[in-house]
Amino acid sequence: MQYGFLQKALITSVMVGIISGVIGCFIILRGMALMGDAISHAVLPGVAISFMLGINFFIGAVITGILTAIGIGFINQNSRVKNDSAIGIMFTAAFAAGIILITFMKSSTDLYHILFGNVLAVRPSDMWMTLIVGIFVLLSVYIFYKELLVSSFDPIMAQAYGLPTKMIHYFLMILLTLVTVASLQTVGIILVVAMLITPASTAYLLTDRLSVMIVISATCGSISAVIGLYLSFTYNLASGATIVLVATALFFMAFIFSPKQGLLWRAIRTNKQKSAVS
Amino acid sequence: MKDAIVVSNLHVSYYGKEVLHDIGFTITEGKSVGVIGPNGAGKSTLLKVLLNLIPKDKGEITILGSTLKEVRKRIAYVPQRSTIDWDFPITVKDTVLIGTYPTVGLLKRPGRKERELAMKCLEKVDMTEFQNRQIGELSGGQQQRVFLARALAQQADLFLLDEPFVGIDATSEEMIVKILKELRDEGKTIIVVHHDLNKAEKYFDELLLLNKELIAKGSVEEVFTPKMISKAYGGQLSFLDGVMDK
Repeated sequence: MQYGFLQKALITSVMVGIISGVIGCFIILRGMALMGDAISHAVLPGVAISFMLGINFFIGAVITGILTAIGIGFINQNSRVKNDSAIGIMFTAAFAAGIILITFMKSSTDLYHILFGNVLAVRPSDMWMTLIVGIFVLLSVYIFYKELLVSSFDPIMAQAYGLPTKMIHYFLMILLTLVTVASLQTVGIILVVAMLITPASTAYLLTDRLSVMIVISATCGSISAVIGLYLSFTYNLASGATIVLVATALFFMAFIFSPKQGLLWRAIRTNKQKSAVS
Repeated sequence: MKDAIVVSNLHVSYYGKEVLHDIGFTITEGKSVGVIGPNGAGKSTLLKVLLNLIPKDKGEITILGSTLKEVRKRIAYVPQRSTIDWDFPITVKDTVLIGTYPTVGLLKRPGRKERELAMKCLEKVDMTEFQNRQIGELSGGQQQRVFLARALAQQADLFLLDEPFVGIDATSEEMIVKILKELRDEGKTIIVVHHDLNKAEKYFDELLLLNKELIAKGSVEEVFTPKMISKAYGGQLSFLDGVMDK
């Protein structure tokens, strides 16, 4: 097929849109948006080391991602340093180490593409890897939906009836690093956080049920991927950035027009009430 | 009568600061017990230590004749309302359904039986008509009733409630008190962290008066005396005089 590269790019981006949308829901509901940003940056040294050793970069990425998450938890629990500061300290350190490591490697994969993605250069092996990761992530969420729900909503109750909430936290961090690595080529490290947070926040404004939120979020993520890819290909724009801006546009539509939460209906309801009493 | 909770020699601290000092008491099954004491007395901490949500420095805790690990699923805990994210995308019905999660077990979903149980509990707190509302749309009293329904759905033998009457309307308070009394009459053990001295004597069989140390524990008549109360509250509460004269 003539546009084979485009097909691979499309399948990969849609998958990334779906899984980051799904995981993103749990990230924002647990108030971990900053953590999502941190982990996505923290995979950089892992990716670099994996390239040097010639192993699959998912392995290195998960290791440095989880080490950073543990480091953040450790600093947070053992000092008066606040959580957001602990996150800032650890992820910038990991990211800086990653940049230095990458300058050592003189391979063809350059820093720019890891940071900002290059979806049109997706190889078949990358596509399959993304699909496998995607299926793993979706299955995990499906199987542990109940546990993820209760530990996000009421962690104290979850802990009280014996759920290993810490383990669930780190399991979610593992899923997060997998999603990040899967997104590397589509949107790149820097913008992964947008794919995690923006579609999920859009969905958050549109529904009052977690299961529905997950579906809407995944849909927004994949729609952003398709439209973004189309625009980036047609107008020769950076693919990751275009996808993210489409996701942002969807968010603002929900922000304004959401039936329950949107600015517009809120204003209309407020005015109606005001004129009713006056 | 079997013992629901036996605590002895319990010490708890946060970062080296002692919060509970040498606490020891026994609560028999089928009693409702109010835990009272001034702010910072360690009331909520005591509940959390019982559930091992906070580690203890020292001491023995026996719950329902066994270790916590064995009986976790027979305990229902209602956290303080302020610790809940009321914007969470969840409906009233699904919140109550969470109460069935501990018994449903890993990898399984609540089925029809669990849904029916949740609806029954929702009916008990008179919140059926709100079942499809998002929890943040309810009043404080309604929210507390929903969380009590969730605890009921856990079909527990021991109920721990942390400040359930804070910021709620009189109707809801009455209803919660009534349900707690029914549970007690069924032989369940109820422990409630409570701040309002005014009603403490009406609501509970026994009181546990706390201020870092155990000041007194026993029947309401034994504990709810001016001497004991002022010992726990120190000079903090001069308005108490009015209460105690009644």
